Amino acid sequence: MDKTVNQKAWFLVLPVFAVVAFSAILPLMTVVNYSMQDTFGNNQFFWNGVGWFKELLDPSTDLGGRFLASLGRNLFFSAVILAIEVPLGIVVALSMPREGWSVAACLVILALPLLIPWNVVGTIWQIFGRPDIGLMGYVLNAMGIDYNYVSNDIDAWVTVIVMDVWHWTSLVALLCYAGLKSIPDAYYQAAQIDGASRWAVFRAIQLPKMNRVLLIAVLLRFMDSFMIYTEPFVVTGGGPGNSTTFISIELVKIALGQFDLGKAAALSLVYNLIILIVCWVFYTVMTNAGTERKPQEGAA
Amino acid sequence: MHSIPGRRLIMALFLIFLLLPIYWLVNMSFKTNAEIVSTMTLWPHTPTLQHYKRIFTDESWYSGYIHSLEYVVLNTIISIAVALPAAYAFSRYRFLGDKHLFFWLLSNRMAPAAVYALPFFNLYSAIGLFDTPWAVALAHCIFNVPLAVWILEGFVSGVPREIDETAFLDGYSFPRFFVKILIPLIASGIGVAAFFCFMFSWVELLLARTLTSVQAKPIAAIMTRTVSAAGMDWGLLAAAGVLTIIPGALVIWFVRNYIARGFALGRV
Repeated sequence: MDKTVNQKAWFLVLPVFAVVAFSAILPLMTVVNYSMQDTFGNNQFFWNGVGWFKELLDPSTDLGGRFLASLGRNLFFSAVILAIEVPLGIVVALSMPREGWSVAACLVILALPLLIPWNVVGTIWQIFGRPDIGLMGYVLNAMGIDYNYVSNDIDAWVTVIVMDVWHWTSLVALLCYAGLKSIPDAYYQAAQIDGASRWAVFRAIQLPKMNRVLLIAVLLRFMDSFMIYTEPFVVTGGGPGNSTTFISIELVKIALGQFDLGKAAALSLVYNLIILIVCWVFYTVMTNAGTERKPQEGAA
Repeated sequence: MHSIPGRRLIMALFLIFLLLPIYWLVNMSFKTNAEIVSTMTLWPHTPTLQHYKRIFTDESWYSGYIHSLEYVVLNTIISIAVALPAAYAFSRYRFLGDKHLFFWLLSNRMAPAAVYALPFFNLYSAIGLFDTPWAVALAHCIFNVPLAVWILEGFVSGVPREIDETAFLDGYSFPRFFVKILIPLIASGIGVAAFFCFMFSWVELLLARTLTSVQAKPIAAIMTRTVSAAGMDWGLLAAAGVLTIIPGALVIWFVRNYIARGFALGRV
């Protein structure tokens, strides 16, 4: 469907532009301003040019070391999350009951973790994993596994990852389920006549139909795991040591903890830039997928 | 045909995995602190409502829920109101810079809250909105407005353009067409968008906590108070947690039939 060219449409977009510009561009300018300066408190600022950026990208300095370490941890975390949640989400979507009241029941339970405030998610797992009062921690220790997320790096990582899988797999599952629901029965009937195997049906019918929603799922999951803050902060506080300190946690530590505005601002800009690039790649892939699908949409 | 072998078992296991931590929280909220700390019991042996009673009678506790709901509702209204016309424009017209604008909006949905915490604090302090629900409601617009535009654009595109053209031929003015024809047609889309705005505003804490101190403090921030000199008040923390799950559960129940389509952002 071709859109008509109409510059007056800008009037319709103007409110959105105003609201988002107010809360995005204005604050971002403050950040840019801070990133070039140094402060010793008392609202006195000194010009520092690109000094903070140089330091940020140099692993031998304190700031650069912390940034690169937290960036590495965060990328590893996002990779693990995607590797677990996407396949698991697809499996769960394929396991949805077909009809009846159980569909609604499953949907509601699936969506439940998504509606819990993020710090409460943290609290739930903080309690659940504690060896003294939490069911999971208690059972694991009773089974002879020495599990303590407060003192052991690996346990802390496992807890944070399992918590994220608990929290967000449903999103992937619900998206995939929406994709599966849109497949007409005729496709399956045709596959049955052709004697297609279960796997062939998945590869040739279900996966291509889920393509687009999967892309949205991967984008949302990558972005949200890349800026994760509240949940690990509540559970581990970034520890033990710095082992679960992700970029956002590091950033808040520098900005609101040490009030090192210049360093925090430089870090924010680089952080934002990474996100912008990843976002742009996904957006391009997504719009291309959209144009390729156009003829099909017209036929359907 | 669109299911796999052993699907009942997989689903059951996954649902148990989802419900187990929540069960433990609910279980703890009905226990006395002595029972929580001293024994490991699968259900409360001396059930008590003292934690819930405390929350409902102590103003510093229940006002947190009111504050949270205030900014969530404000944010949902603002987001939907500004996103509706924009969604229509993006869906129907091509205009200068439309694709860039759309991408820019989308990129704001992805912006990390941690980046904005401090500048928002400065901005809202400067204009005198600090510590009001308005500050949080406006701050949450940065990720909710793009999302609402994105969802609504999908739903508006699902409305055939012939309907617009017929309406204009029948002499409908644009505002009248918008209110009388378009909005009823995409009512379910508006519901879905509102659900998502509610959801993301309700679950966010970092900005909400940074932008409030006393008058508008959200419940999620008040919960951190349970750490006191006498140690952790686990029962109270659990009860407060359970009460934050309830509004979400209610909202899901109302939109359960649209959830699947909603999560695909109107794009299936």
